[in-house]
Amino acid sequence: MNKIVDARGLSCPQPVIMTLDEIKTTQEDKILIMVDTDTAKENVCRAATAQGWAVAEIQPEDDGYRITIRKED
Amino acid sequence: MKNVFASKWGIIIVGIIIGVFASLLQFWGNPANMGICVACFLRDITGALGLHRAPVVQYLRPEIIGFVLGSFVAAYAFKEFRPRSGSAPVVRFILGAFAMIGALIFLGCPWRALLRLAGGDWNAIPGLLGLIAGIWAGTGFLKRGYNLGATRKTYKAAGWIFPIIMAGFLVLMLLNPKISGEPQSGILFYSVEGPGSLHAPLLISLVIGLAIGFLAQKSRFCTMGALRDLILFKQGHLFSGIIGLTAAAFLTNLLLHQFNPGFIGQPVAHTMHLWNFLGMALAGIAFTLAGGCPGRQLFLSGEGDGDAAIFVVGMIAGAAFAHNFGLASSGAGATPAGMIAVAVGLATCLLIGLTMRENIGGILG
Repeated sequence: MNKIVDARGLSCPQPVIMTLDEIKTTQEDKILIMVDTDTAKENVCRAATAQGWAVAEIQPEDDGYRITIRKED
Repeated sequence: MKNVFASKWGIIIVGIIIGVFASLLQFWGNPANMGICVACFLRDITGALGLHRAPVVQYLRPEIIGFVLGSFVAAYAFKEFRPRSGSAPVVRFILGAFAMIGALIFLGCPWRALLRLAGGDWNAIPGLLGLIAGIWAGTGFLKRGYNLGATRKTYKAAGWIFPIIMAGFLVLMLLNPKISGEPQSGILFYSVEGPGSLHAPLLISLVIGLAIGFLAQKSRFCTMGALRDLILFKQGHLFSGIIGLTAAAFLTNLLLHQFNPGFIGQPVAHTMHLWNFLGMALAGIAFTLAGGCPGRQLFLSGEGDGDAAIFVVGMIAGAAFAHNFGLASSGAGATPAGMIAVAVGLATCLLIGLTMRENIGGILG
């Protein structure tokens, strides 16, 4: 089961802080992050990439996005 | 769809465009080292509406109108218009008011601090150090879980209100145009002397404002975020934008002979270093707690963010307080009332930062 970070409704830097927190603590190699602005989507992707994670998938959903990031080997 | 404006070069180029046009706006008539200053210009708008009556700072600045409407157009064009509100509006109003008071004690928002530096006004240096200190303090709260809570989707019409107000300001200005030498035209006030009397032609200001609003919405340009992300995440994306702005404004100033280095006699500036530092520190904390510099709050207002709009309304109220109660500095320096206001503002921000948090960010701490 993937980890889920629900950052909907939160403005930056909250989604990034929550994502980085999860990256640091998780044992999983996949995290699903839910955001609802384009700015949050870009910032989360940028932060994850900087941590050596890859953006596997971005799915538009309702008024936001479901971003799947995956740990790079 | 990839957003090229949010790429590394995208943000740098947007910074360069803002820097070049800010410097050019000075050449075309805006006050020196004040090509674009979001705090000063909101203060001038407050004066134009008669909400404060300081005669030297009254002009309904079209750049601000352009920022909001340009962002509104960009948000619609790229399907990013998201009407939302409800994240602690009263707190945001207060943060906006104190951010403005802090900025007016320094005499400029972060944009103007960079433009002052680019024009050779070394008094900007203590201001920028204060800004860094304020943002650093703000990131301390963020690390400990400070958070104003989630915003909620709202009616489309609610997201339209702020852009409509700005369009209304433009209509007011067209119906009550400046009459040379007259302090009033219809219901609007116009400075006859002082910085409020200095401005580029309306159409130039408006078009540049619209263009910057459009580009900044897409690039997420933010001067506070630039320093915050660097301190909090060691991430230099937005920071490269403000470097672009400063370098471009500096080079354009050199070409236009607008670079005059020194501390003494700088335009709309004072040399009380401690109060330059503390004023900007207050503004920096307030911006960080509210999630954006004044420019960014305008761009967010344009894309439907009602919480950012409340921050801007708070800034307008703050400008009225600052001039009605003698808190704002002048070329002569900070005022005793202004010094008290800084202390009250810092205490208020401390209270907000410490009490409004949930345990979401423990690891970064």
